[in-house]
Amino acid sequence: MEKRYGALRALAGVSLQVLPGEFFGLLGPNGAGKTTLINVIAGLARADAGHVRVLGADVSSEYRRARRLLGVVPQELVFDPFFTVRETLRLQSGYFGLRDNDAWIDEVMHHLDLAGKADANMRALSGGMKRRVLVAQALVHKPPVIVLDEPTAGVDVELRQGLWQFIRRLNGDGHTIVLTTHYLEEAEEHCQRIAMLKAGRIVALDTTRNLLASFAGPHPADLEDVFLHLMRKT
Amino acid sequence: MSGFATLFYKEVLRFWKVAFQTVGGPVLSSLLYLVVFSQVLGERVRMFGEVPYTAFLVPGLVMMSLLQNAFANSSSSLIQSKVTGNLVFVLLAPISHVEFFAAYVLASVVRGLVVGAGVLAIGVWFIDLPIAAPLWVLAFGLLGAALAGVLGLLAGLWADKFDQIAAFQSFLVLPLTMLSGVFYSIHSLPPAWQAVSRFNPFFYMIDGFRHGFFDAGDVSPAASLAFVAVSLAVLSGLAIRLLARGYKIRT
Repeated sequence: MEKRYGALRALAGVSLQVLPGEFFGLLGPNGAGKTTLINVIAGLARADAGHVRVLGADVSSEYRRARRLLGVVPQELVFDPFFTVRETLRLQSGYFGLRDNDAWIDEVMHHLDLAGKADANMRALSGGMKRRVLVAQALVHKPPVIVLDEPTAGVDVELRQGLWQFIRRLNGDGHTIVLTTHYLEEAEEHCQRIAMLKAGRIVALDTTRNLLASFAGPHPADLEDVFLHLMRKT
Repeated sequence: MSGFATLFYKEVLRFWKVAFQTVGGPVLSSLLYLVVFSQVLGERVRMFGEVPYTAFLVPGLVMMSLLQNAFANSSSSLIQSKVTGNLVFVLLAPISHVEFFAAYVLASVVRGLVVGAGVLAIGVWFIDLPIAAPLWVLAFGLLGAALAGVLGLLAGLWADKFDQIAAFQSFLVLPLTMLSGVFYSIHSLPPAWQAVSRFNPFFYMIDGFRHGFFDAGDVSPAASLAFVAVSLAVLSGLAIRLLARGYKIRT
């Protein structure tokens, strides 16, 4: 897949496959193309060349099916200030054609520790709480594929742990997870496979275990060593 | 509820939650126009032969408020969602560009009609107003609100900042509505300005709408309706095309 913004090649020939049920990590420095890749998958940006399919549904020609299969947690902390948490989640359900989704909305809010804020206006929430609502919005339609674009950026330790517990549970239930993060220890802990991007190209794509084993250094490697080594080398 | 119905409901709920500002404010401004002009001109000026000026003014004010508010609804909602980034929630959903278009425009029509009805109710309370042809009133009210809603949608798509919308509103929508015959009949203008007025789509909406009340106007209501319908079709086609391309909303 290729994507240009003017003279910038944001994605310069990226090709990869994420397997159903996998916990997959997309890593790379700022400007590597991670968010562009996610935007193309989500239909927020259009590829100049190539195709993206979500469980077989082309994100362009079969966009309705592809979007129903996909839940995306955007990186930016965005919200609609007119509505409460519950209203936000009901509206998001409605966008996906779901009526009477309150049982699932309550369950998601419970797992994300949002139940106490159900009737609070979005404006009144802290940054961490808004992040939880973003996650909840991505999950209202029970998508089999969940894309998390830096879900723990600026989030306190307690929420981070709660969030990972919930996402791991979803992964255990069969949901495919695609994650971008700058916290490499999180990627190392959770991701089964990892793609590393630099300047719009994949510079490494392997299981986390193989990536760690491939690094021959003076001490046992962690993902940060591998990451820094690859980014300097390529 | 379908994605379209939810987006429509959300757009209506959005202005209804702040109805004091989005409905009450415009109704009050129109009431002030009415009070001031009826005091100054009142019974002294007659239009179309025997129509008192204040009665002539009410349909114009109703249509002006209706058009300005229908425009404001789609334009302000879209630019707010673009600038704050929350449009992403709609863009991630399985909602087609036609559904997106219809939801924004219909919500604008609802706001335009609610504000218009409010101004009309106050006008009728103060002034004895005939309604000679209610179907013309309804047709111009609906099509006018839809056209203004589509214009608002186009402005919201094109603009990157709030002040661009404000400029669109101040330098295009406001002059076009104020100079469209809200306060006068174009027959009272010099011939050159009469000719200029005939290029203003808002003139046809207000004249046709007024025709529904007094069975009199500057041009034939059927011709006005045709002009408005064709303008609506052309601008809707443009807006749907831009939405299909993702113009300024998908990169």
